[in-house]
Amino acid sequence: MKTIVGLEIHVQLSTATKLFCGCSTDYRDDEPNTHCCPVCLGLPGALPRINRKAVDYGLKVAKALDMKVPEESEFARKNYFYPDLPKAYQITQYDKPLAVEGTVEIEDDEGHEKIVRITRVHLEEDPGRLVHVAGGSKYSLVDYNRSGIPLLEIVTEPDMRSPQEARRFLNKLRTILEYLGVFDGDREGGLRVDANISLEGSERVEVKNISSYKGVEKALTFEVTRQKNLLRRGQKVTRETRHFMEGRGITTSARSKEEEHDYRYFPEPDLRPLRVADRVAAIDLPELPVARKNRFMAQYGISLNHARTLTGDPKLADFYERVASVDPVLAATWVADTLLGELNYRDMNIAAVPAERIVELLALLKSKTITDTAGVQVLREMLDACAAGKPCEPPAVIVEREGLARATGDEFTQVVQKVVAANPQAVEDYRAGKKGALNFLVGQVMKETRGRADPRELGRIVSEYIDTGGV
Amino acid sequence: MITESDIEHIAELADIGISKDEVPEFTTQFNAILDYFEVLDTVEGESAPDAGIVNVFRDDEPRPGLSQEEALANAGSTENGFIKAPRVM
Repeated sequence: MKTIVGLEIHVQLSTATKLFCGCSTDYRDDEPNTHCCPVCLGLPGALPRINRKAVDYGLKVAKALDMKVPEESEFARKNYFYPDLPKAYQITQYDKPLAVEGTVEIEDDEGHEKIVRITRVHLEEDPGRLVHVAGGSKYSLVDYNRSGIPLLEIVTEPDMRSPQEARRFLNKLRTILEYLGVFDGDREGGLRVDANISLEGSERVEVKNISSYKGVEKALTFEVTRQKNLLRRGQKVTRETRHFMEGRGITTSARSKEEEHDYRYFPEPDLRPLRVADRVAAIDLPELPVARKNRFMAQYGISLNHARTLTGDPKLADFYERVASVDPVLAATWVADTLLGELNYRDMNIAAVPAERIVELLALLKSKTITDTAGVQVLREMLDACAAGKPCEPPAVIVEREGLARATGDEFTQVVQKVVAANPQAVEDYRAGKKGALNFLVGQVMKETRGRADPRELGRIVSEYIDTGGV
Repeated sequence: MITESDIEHIAELADIGISKDEVPEFTTQFNAILDYFEVLDTVEGESAPDAGIVNVFRDDEPRPGLSQEEALANAGSTENGFIKAPRVM
């Protein structure tokens, strides 16, 4: 049974001011209702004025997604009553959106490249934020700091075939938006998604209220199972709107009254139309993810997987390019495999890591001054210091202090003797040709010496020691 | 042509309570207004004084807005800097 998914994504554009007034968008951690003016509070007589940058950001996205920008576009009023909407209408775009007909390339579930078509993008204002008071309270609390933040709504065709594909599409879109510098990925609620999902031949269900892009796969997976179970039991899928309950990972039916909308759209009389098609040619696009991934493979000779991981976040890609000089392949392995994992473990951002220290670390690894095991230990010490807000010592200083420099064979003779003497059974097994026995003995020596030797080199030392009749 | 049932529907959407007696009066008024717009529609489009005015923008530069006290001045009820509104959902 084919799964059919289409998405509507609301992206907060990272302008300094709101879409229709000069109120600052930088309200994080500020008191409620402190970034407001008559325009975004919907006070009588206030007149909206369009933020040029928001339009240009929208056009930048349109160009990056290879969209057509119609000769004329227009804002419209969408009328409905809700406490988060101070004017009782939202200024959005309706039948004359900013841009239409674009594409995003993703990988399908078999790893093949496929195209997801973009229907349209349009600009609109974010409503305010409602805080629901717990415990059956009769009122909600409203904060209009968010009211009027510029949103770009991006609508796709129903081209995705699984929840996983939807997640990959969102990751890709998010990366493009971050590359374009029109979106702050760290901002909570900066990207919100409504998803339309149906099983082929069945009714379509709209899932609203997905506030994290990671929640999309979860919400859709739940819906696929729910809809399949309904059909298996011989029931029908009802065409409806459902809400995603992030905490419980389920969707619940929205009361039907909320769907009975009659928005009475009409052209916004307070704003003049946009004629911006001719601005597109002048927009300079940065190198986008696909181009950067291909360049990384060609220029640095790194694998597709490493290139894909490194270019998945523009800040990570920039970081890699700052440290690649020592040895691009070594740097790719350390940044994509080791450093990323250590950052995730500490919930740290790449921005907190001093690139010059990683360059120094890579130099120590390249010159074989330290082993990979010791390298990880040095990296962890540096990251722990960064995370604690302490100065990040040069790797050479840590190596010196902790005695992590690679040891030569001679230094291990005693340890090897001790390990071999203590494990006669393993020595027997090794002589009997069991490969695992040597690995075990090497492991014991590594443990005793805290990883200061290359395991391969140690393997040679241990086997020579036994073969030459050390015991 | 607006009918009485249109008036009742619009009143409900606009969240305005009107009594049954008022419906005929509003129906007449709505139709009069729409008739007037029909007259306006006969004016040639290009002769409108604002025709051709497009791309009216402002720069993305923050300007001071209202204080929290001012922003809340017209709210019926507030709590900790928030506006209190009837619970929805």
